[in-house]
Amino acid sequence: MQRFINNPDDIVDETVRGFVRAHSDRVRLDPGNARVVVAREAPVRGKVGIVTGGGSGHEPAFIGYTGRAMVDAVAVGELFSSPTAKSFHDAIRAADGGAGVAVLYGNYAGDNMNVKMAARMAARQGITVATVVANDDVCSAPLTEREKRRGVAGEIFMWKIGGAKAAAGASLDEVIATAQRAIDNCRSVGVGLGPCTLPAAGKPNFEIKAGTMEVGIGHHGEPGTRVEPLTSATAVADDMVALVLADHALPAGTEVAVLVSGLGATPVNELYVLYDRMADRIEAAGLKIHRGLVGNYFTSLEMVGATLTVMALDAELKALLDAPTDVPGLS
Amino acid sequence: MSAGITTLKNAGAAGILCEVADVIVANKAYLSELDGKIGDGDHGFNMAKGFGRAKERIDGASETLDSAMRTLSDILMSEIGGSMGPLYGMMFSDMADALDGAAEIDAAAFGRMIRAGLEGVQAIGSARVGDKTLLDTLVPAVETYEAALADGDGWSQALVRMKAAAEAGRDSTLDMVAKMGRSSRLGERSRGVLDAGATSCCLILAAFADGIGRRITR
Repeated sequence: MQRFINNPDDIVDETVRGFVRAHSDRVRLDPGNARVVVAREAPVRGKVGIVTGGGSGHEPAFIGYTGRAMVDAVAVGELFSSPTAKSFHDAIRAADGGAGVAVLYGNYAGDNMNVKMAARMAARQGITVATVVANDDVCSAPLTEREKRRGVAGEIFMWKIGGAKAAAGASLDEVIATAQRAIDNCRSVGVGLGPCTLPAAGKPNFEIKAGTMEVGIGHHGEPGTRVEPLTSATAVADDMVALVLADHALPAGTEVAVLVSGLGATPVNELYVLYDRMADRIEAAGLKIHRGLVGNYFTSLEMVGATLTVMALDAELKALLDAPTDVPGLS
Repeated sequence: MSAGITTLKNAGAAGILCEVADVIVANKAYLSELDGKIGDGDHGFNMAKGFGRAKERIDGASETLDSAMRTLSDILMSEIGGSMGPLYGMMFSDMADALDGAAEIDAAAFGRMIRAGLEGVQAIGSARVGDKTLLDTLVPAVETYEAALADGDGWSQALVRMKAAAEAGRDSTLDMVAKMGRSSRLGERSRGVLDAGATSCCLILAAFADGIGRRITR
């Protein structure tokens, strides 16, 4: 294992400390909980607070999206493991400006339980909490069981749009409805070419045989739905676009936002190779790309691979996506 | 039928939980390996961290079992997270509430304790028996223990039967398809591997059975 680590048990605390030092113009550490990262100006009086959280190892997610007009506070978990209920609760408190708090998070068993307990604790203190659970990963369950799907990179669009709506002065109900619409309009798919290693384990979490790829892989190496011989970038891009668009069934002329994220160890130039072909296929389907994002936006340690997210836009979602923000992860 | 001691002093029974913690720490790599096959491989590390920290903060020689379980529960809920943090956190917190500072623990009190723990897990999670989770161990273990007491078994014998039921429950997850948590997305591919949560739950119950068994038969 060729990695920059000290004691594996310290890696999350060290990550968070380094992150807060590097971006101290925009974020700070919660004074009472070293696993909660808070936007500099949060809480904003009268504004709906935006909270998220999840396991570490996905940087720049989740902490990288903390800042003005996006996420107010983030609960940080161990590598690939849900934050504690206490950390979600502390994040909710840190984000609360008196207008309620929207917790916008991904559909994982641990996060569901810890957010539920945190919301219960917050309610006892008179903080109104509402949630949106992201489920944009098309390969993790059939469309008819969308509530079982995992949340992946579409969460970035959900936070951007929910955060912009809250910054515009919307009520908690309005923020929740808009964030829900954003994630409902997202479809994502991942393809894995190589596994990742939790430093404490010291060996890969799962196996991807040389010369093969795993289509539909999850953000923690949850195995995909198909294992196939690795083909050309063009063929992989076509497959990913086909999976996403088949699930989406968007009418021609729809404007979309496209996000291609590396999973950690794929060179960024290869992401552009994928994007070039994906954009062709998306346009050939009659869709109009309003905005494309390419880079390491939501990773999985040093997994080799990429995810594609396509979000259908309407006038409001487009305006909220384009609204200014200032977070370390989007620049 | 029961020979010898039929009650345990609650003060000092914290030592039993220290033994449970030792078993979890000793099985750290095994639990993570199981979890790595169909999950993300962190179960053993997180469990060992939580139970290991609890042991450092518990005075096994003088503390009560409920006080020790409260310490463990607080650590799981405020320092560990994941899925197992809230599930085992609720289980130990409700088990502690069931004992609630009683001076002595007997067979019936232990039965109330594990029943409360089961209900705590069911309150926070949404799994059922057959979903390939820790409930596949916990439910038959609790039911078998209660049936043993109803049959008139002594405490030692009821604990032996509980442990056997926990092991059979753990083994039943081998051939199950996961319905909850991360492994549920694998469908058929989750078959053929023991569930890590069912396995850690079995380790916990077996360590309780062994720890109490040793203390009441000597």
